[in-house]
Amino acid sequence: MAPRVRVASVTHGDEVKMTIPGSELEIHEAAVPVEDDAVVKVAGRSPTQLAIARFRADKLSMISFVLSVLIVLCAIAAPILVALGVLNPNEPHQNLLSDDGVLPQGAFGGVSWDHPLGVDPGLGRDLLSRLMLAISSSLAIALTGTVITVIIGSILGIVAGFSGGLIDATIGRIIDLTLSFPQTMMLLAMAAPTVQLLRNDVGDLPGLGFLGKADLANGVFVIGILAVFGWPPVARVVRGQVLSIREREFIEAARLFGASRRRLYFREVLPNVWAPVLVYLTLLVPAYISAEAAFNFLNVGIKPPTPTLGNILAHSKDYTSGDPTYFFLPGFLLALIVVVFNLVGDGARDALDPKSHR
Amino acid sequence: MTNETINQPIEGDPDDMAVAPRIEGHSAAVAPADAKPILEVDGLRMYFPVKSPGLIRRTVGHVQAVDGVSFQVAEATSLGLVGESGCGKSTTGRLITRLYEPTAGAIRFEGQDIAHARAGELKPLRREIQMIFQDPYTSLNPRQTVGSIVGAPLVIHKVLPKDKILPRVQELLEIVGLNPEHYNRYPHEFSGGQRQRIGIARALTLQPKLLVADEPVSALDVSIQAQVINLLQDIQNEFGVAFLFIAHDLAIVRHFCPEIAVMYLGKIVEIGDRESIYTNAHHPYTQALLSAVPDVKQAAAGGRLERIRLQGDVPSPINPPSGCRFRTRCPIAQEICARHEPPLLQIGRKHKVACHFPGRLGEAPREPLTAGLLGVDSEGRPDPGASPSTDLVEQPGYADTWFDLDNKSIGRA
Repeated sequence: MAPRVRVASVTHGDEVKMTIPGSELEIHEAAVPVEDDAVVKVAGRSPTQLAIARFRADKLSMISFVLSVLIVLCAIAAPILVALGVLNPNEPHQNLLSDDGVLPQGAFGGVSWDHPLGVDPGLGRDLLSRLMLAISSSLAIALTGTVITVIIGSILGIVAGFSGGLIDATIGRIIDLTLSFPQTMMLLAMAAPTVQLLRNDVGDLPGLGFLGKADLANGVFVIGILAVFGWPPVARVVRGQVLSIREREFIEAARLFGASRRRLYFREVLPNVWAPVLVYLTLLVPAYISAEAAFNFLNVGIKPPTPTLGNILAHSKDYTSGDPTYFFLPGFLLALIVVVFNLVGDGARDALDPKSHR
Repeated sequence: MTNETINQPIEGDPDDMAVAPRIEGHSAAVAPADAKPILEVDGLRMYFPVKSPGLIRRTVGHVQAVDGVSFQVAEATSLGLVGESGCGKSTTGRLITRLYEPTAGAIRFEGQDIAHARAGELKPLRREIQMIFQDPYTSLNPRQTVGSIVGAPLVIHKVLPKDKILPRVQELLEIVGLNPEHYNRYPHEFSGGQRQRIGIARALTLQPKLLVADEPVSALDVSIQAQVINLLQDIQNEFGVAFLFIAHDLAIVRHFCPEIAVMYLGKIVEIGDRESIYTNAHHPYTQALLSAVPDVKQAAAGGRLERIRLQGDVPSPINPPSGCRFRTRCPIAQEICARHEPPLLQIGRKHKVACHFPGRLGEAPREPLTAGLLGVDSEGRPDPGASPSTDLVEQPGYADTWFDLDNKSIGRA
């Protein structure tokens, strides 16, 4: 009854009095409270907070998250421990190698209390120290590469999606061009001259002196390659999201208030595309860790003696039968890191988009 | 129910209208006596280019969304803009708020033409003209709290210091009937009606003089529509805001707007005060629209006026019919309608109609009334003896003299 009365009160304003007494109308008006005063003090939960709650409820995601935090902590701790002298990744132990001077003495690659994971063949360096430091350098490359990729991809994606027209078309063609470029060829052909350029010419510029070091120049080259060839998919994902968001009325509302372009991009649009970008980010880290490892087989990337997961693995492939532990450990670690980060990414996607199903 | 109430006709007298619903303060809105116009729209046109697909995107046509629309909105009153989907009502609203730049025509707000104002010139204007959107589910950013949504205009225009924004936001939330403590909640925690109230609060933040309400209640539950309409009326009474009220619900427009313009395919076909449109419609399209409004009273009496069913669909605005745009569906169209576009003739103190055969339902004249003015014969062919009238230029407001169709004479104010 109530709704019908209310319709009458508005839609047939001048005729209501003939059918329904006014007093009755007032009762109905009062009967439906606009506000619910019982829950005054409850603070709102943002979509992000709701997503975190969903993430926490998922056991597998939480286990992976804890593991990935441990891995990151390990990566942060390694250089500090090296500096403190606890880890010695480059100290050779010829006495721990067998008579031929190559393979380590003892079972499982020479496991002992001093060297819990054994030593590496050839020089007898502590494998635990080398692996921990390797996680450090590999993660540094992967994370930096990911962040740069995501920043380039999101900005270009938002600009393309929001502006449309010629700008969109231009960015679209750049994406096509980048994707169709023979990446591996570029990588191999450019590696030596680019690293040389970084070390000698760019490294001479003020403030960029750190590039003079071989490891850093190699690392920057790998990060550059990952970022330059990695952003197009991010830009595409973001552009697709922006295309649907820019048609929503809250964008028009913001325009109506005279919001600047920057405000539209970063305050109105970006928070709404943040979810897929975050998912992409967590999936890019493991992809870049394994990409860094793969580059080492092509002789591109940070060279020994500085350890990375890639160059340890590349080195160990010669000892698969002689010292299987040395081959197994970096491989296992690489697989573990990739799986764990992927699971975190999956969990983040499920938490941020509760409607999706695996 | 007495006979009197049944016979109380559709043409009820205006006084009746003002007192009818007994909810205090929410009677049908009445226009102030002689308010001066705050907004004047003159010959507004919006043509959207249609591009060919492919690499070279040539313009192959235009969607004539709004094609020569003129009207006035007076201070602290409401003009209702009605018409079916796709007739250009929303485009008109977006042109006035300058979300689009018009192809031609003038939009004078307080005497200043804003039709082609640049972004910098528009910014101060943004405080004066605001908009209430149709869909409360997409008009609020899901990632922002209510506080930052409502407070955003204050931040952008830097009108208040940071610590004064929250109290103002809470004040606004209270004005629109929401709990001011809910400023830190997110839109998804509110119902449709509450969301629309948030949208209204946001539109009010900068204390605008003109609000364009683009179907503000059509996305809401019918039981909530009344509350929101009442809120809009309260706001109009309290702050003296003028409304351009875009809707397709004729009953709500009748309640809310003292003046109504009916649009069809980008043009105004009839414009006038409430009584002229609802009880004295002279355009066949307005009559058809009105006959489609369900009427509780007539249903109770066991019968209702026969509904006028229009044949066919609205023609494409890319290629509108020649002459009168309504002629393809018009029950009384004749030869002249295909040849000449009917001018918007003033036929009452506040009543204009664009039809060659204007008349009350079933009383349309046989001969086109406009033939003499256009200098053509009754079939629309050029008449060498007649000379076209020169004063057919459309004005946004109303003239002091008009053609009184009942007395076949010139009426005077």
